[in-house]
Amino acid sequence: MDELLEILQDLHPEVDYETCDTLIDDKILDSFDIVTIISEISENFDVVIPAEEIVPENFNSAQALYELIERLGDE
Amino acid sequence: MQQTNVLEYLEKTVLRLPDKVAFANESEGLTFGEVFHDSRAIGTYLYKNGYYHEPVVVFMKKHPKTIAAFFGCVYGGDYYVPIDEEMPKFRIELIFDNLQPKVMICDESTAELAKEFAAKGDVKIVLYDEVTKTEIDEAVIADIRDKQLDTDPIYIVFTSGSTGIPKGVVACHRSVIDYIENLSEVLEFNEDTRFANQAPLYFDACLKELYPTLKFGATTYIVPKSLFMFPMKLVEFLNEHKINTVCWVVSALTMISSFKVFDKMIPEYLHTIAFGSEVFPIKQFHLWKNALPNAKFTNLYGPTETTGMCCYYKVNRDFALDEVMPIGRPFHNTEILLLNEQNQLAKDGEVGEICVRGTSLTLGYYHAFEKTNEVFVQNPLNDRYPELIYRTGDLGKRNERGELVFVSRKDYQIKHMGHRIELGEIEVNVNMLENISTSCCIYDKEKEKIILFYVGEMEVKDLVVLLKGKLPRYMIPNKVEKLEKMPLTANGKLDRVYLKKYYEEKTKEN
Repeated sequence: MDELLEILQDLHPEVDYETCDTLIDDKILDSFDIVTIISEISENFDVVIPAEEIVPENFNSAQALYELIERLGDE
Repeated sequence: MQQTNVLEYLEKTVLRLPDKVAFANESEGLTFGEVFHDSRAIGTYLYKNGYYHEPVVVFMKKHPKTIAAFFGCVYGGDYYVPIDEEMPKFRIELIFDNLQPKVMICDESTAELAKEFAAKGDVKIVLYDEVTKTEIDEAVIADIRDKQLDTDPIYIVFTSGSTGIPKGVVACHRSVIDYIENLSEVLEFNEDTRFANQAPLYFDACLKELYPTLKFGATTYIVPKSLFMFPMKLVEFLNEHKINTVCWVVSALTMISSFKVFDKMIPEYLHTIAFGSEVFPIKQFHLWKNALPNAKFTNLYGPTETTGMCCYYKVNRDFALDEVMPIGRPFHNTEILLLNEQNQLAKDGEVGEICVRGTSLTLGYYHAFEKTNEVFVQNPLNDRYPELIYRTGDLGKRNERGELVFVSRKDYQIKHMGHRIELGEIEVNVNMLENISTSCCIYDKEKEKIILFYVGEMEVKDLVVLLKGKLPRYMIPNKVEKLEKMPLTANGKLDRVYLKKYYEEKTKEN
């Protein structure tokens, strides 16, 4: 989780990712951020996020994103 | 008679197709008849209230009505200046300082915020839904038209300026008509064209959809911005609305291909794909070509100062992964001069500055004669009569096939996510902050990241928050690092080369 938080902090250092669960709904993340997050996750976690998982629900909070990584890692 | 007004496109089409949808978003649309009505009502209102030959700020959310408001300004004999809620307040204030506008068209969602800007300069705020109730005065509309010249301005769009102040590029009927005619011929638009608009309405990039839609009686769908984060939903949108033509920034296209959406679904109606302003990575291009082998792909190039785009390359061969796609050749009625440092034509293969000659030149920068004269200059190859060319600051050359190829920039301007950005503008805004002593920006082309280094008594987090209030989102650095001391070259300039190396080594370690 810490590794993921670090990636996210780099993008928007002022956001409290531990509590924020409206990253998409409140337009905190944009398309550039999504591209960056996906490529960093692939580099750091060796997990490829398939197109059908690139949906708002999976990116609204750090927790949701972390659960996605864990789920994909197990498969 | 020869066309001298962009509105003639609309006036011809509305006779044929009054009930066809011209501009739509995911839930609402305006027909050509409605656009025709609303824009003439706005034009009547503006003129009758004394707003004639004036900049009219259009501050509305991205919506079909915003587009009709643009045409309304032109009907009134005025020129539209699109402002968007995405722009930070500070930037909007700078733009207002430059424009000194007297009137602003808003919608319900922007009216409150607009009051803040209006208060300072005594700007009248009118609501779209109110002013379109104005009774159309045909005599007034005809009178405005009779007095109008094709060299009169129709819009101003603002682009990044290295001194920290955005520059307003003013375009007239004649250059827009020239552009639309030639672009339409190259991309073969027609009445059946269904555009998906990606570009913000506050840039000239949206001309590609707006005016051909009027000219041919085509339809433009505005794609909700959020879909550009979620590629499968984006392709679903294209299919749902049977989109066959897109003119997008490269990053919007590669968003779809790089996440392997094509393994799951393809945009089945798409046959015309134009892209530009950025290099299309060949690997991504191959994915598109394989998914849509029968589609036509066209690379476009051009600065805002020469009205939209001025060069095109129809992709007609394969490219190796390390090759760069050419920008091809100029549109009909435009010439590109490659000028070397001696202001002479570059020889075959020699690099020169890309300079543009022709009707496509815009009028220059608003309220900025000095800035205008720096780049809209007398053609150095012509000592016989006055003739302006526009110096783009881009370096290019001709390849062995005679095609134009973009090489690099002369200065610190970059292209990032399809946006043209002066790194200097970011630095000026950082340096203006209290407790910051100096700053320097570099660009990591490969990872497409803006990196900011600064020296001062401030945490990274606080700096980013302050910057977000000053600069548009696409100009916010993707990585910020505080330094103890700024590296300088022997003659005391910021040492960008050192910083680049420092950054590269640092990212390698991780």
